[in-house]
Amino acid sequence: MEINKLQVEAIKSGSVIDHIPAHIGFKLLSLFRFTETEKRITIGLNLPSKKLGKKDIIKIENTFLSDDQINQLAIYAPHATVNYINEYNLVGKVFPTLPEKIDKILICPNSNCVSNNNLITSSFIFKKDQFSNMNLKCKYCEKEFSKNIVLSYQ
Amino acid sequence: MRNSLYKKNIISINDLRRNELELVLNKSAMLKKKPQPHLLKNKIIASCFFEASTRTRLSFETAIYRLGASIVGFSDGNNISLEKKGETLADTISVISSYVDAIIMRHPQEGSARLAAEFSNKTPIFNAGDGANQHPTQTLLDLFTIKETQNRLTHLNIAIVGDLKYGRTVHSLTQALAKFKNNKFYFISPDALKMPNYINNMLDKKEIYWKRYINIEEIISEIDILYMTRIQKERLDSTEYANAKSKFVLHTETLKNARSNLKILHPLPRIDEIDRDVDYTPYAWYFKQAANGIYARQAILSLVLIEKHL
Repeated sequence: MEINKLQVEAIKSGSVIDHIPAHIGFKLLSLFRFTETEKRITIGLNLPSKKLGKKDIIKIENTFLSDDQINQLAIYAPHATVNYINEYNLVGKVFPTLPEKIDKILICPNSNCVSNNNLITSSFIFKKDQFSNMNLKCKYCEKEFSKNIVLSYQ
Repeated sequence: MRNSLYKKNIISINDLRRNELELVLNKSAMLKKKPQPHLLKNKIIASCFFEASTRTRLSFETAIYRLGASIVGFSDGNNISLEKKGETLADTISVISSYVDAIIMRHPQEGSARLAAEFSNKTPIFNAGDGANQHPTQTLLDLFTIKETQNRLTHLNIAIVGDLKYGRTVHSLTQALAKFKNNKFYFISPDALKMPNYINNMLDKKEIYWKRYINIEEIISEIDILYMTRIQKERLDSTEYANAKSKFVLHTETLKNARSNLKILHPLPRIDEIDRDVDYTPYAWYFKQAANGIYARQAILSLVLIEKHL
């Protein structure tokens, strides 16, 4: 943590998403629409990490991510931690866990799905198959895809 | 009688519990025996067909007239002003829902019925087919026909033949029959058109027997229901299609070892996967199956629109 403070400016108050796999940080910024906020955001890419080798980090000032947002991070950054900062002090640490459903962020790979053709947002529920593989089932077209197929489609 | 289907959207067969399926089937049987032409008197139902489907539309509309309700609507999305003006499906449904008591909707996009239900302001939506996804009333009429011919929906051996990959009717039928105990499934299709994994996985999870077979003769002596579907030429290359065509066409000689209770079903339209001679055997039930669509649709419409049934 000390190293990161030196490399990416510390924030007074807000959320720090740490231990994002390298090259995923930028994707998270756009997928979670963090860029649409007026809040100040600092991002570190390819920082050294004992756990991951290389990691990305995102700091969002004066914003505290909701439990839903944090859990939705788990699909892209399963080992991420979200630190809540107040007056430069760590006041909370949350580890994302896969949510039951994920809204808005993903695109249904079924090109004939109504969610790709109308002004509505996507919605998927997580399902495990009998081999414990993680699948995503589209709420609208009811098609089930392996997690990797949905992620590679984004 | 408590009616849990009252005001429910009928979007996917997966949304219906086993007891709700049984309720529809019982009501279908009652209506077949004793028509109740005034059940939906004073109700207005919209029949919104954003793509043409003559058979399903006429079946729904006949069911509506038989229940004494009135219809408004359209039968082809290409000729309605809504699409030409670029209105969204959500807005279209929102407006129509304020005019009528229920909306029957056919649409080429998968998931469109689920979307419509989110914008219909509690006016029930009946999915009459959304792309390759769901067609729940087809499944209800299939179940009704199976129960009518076999006297049960459990302990059945069901062979499903043809395009198992893209055929939405066979996916829904398998999902529905999987809610009933001790059914066994025999899947017969070309390699390129085999049952999708999510259906096989669902059966495995519920520990329901299923197996792939190469041709119908192998299992004809074991089955109670032979559900045929059309192999679509455009889904296969020409060699595969030629092979499939010869292997998956049902002839009268294929039926020589059939059980006496065997019934052959087909969602129709039939092209050439069932030889015309089969029509004259006691096993052919597909036209009676299509006729049952009226009762199944009458049943589901009346259960959704009337809370109490005698």
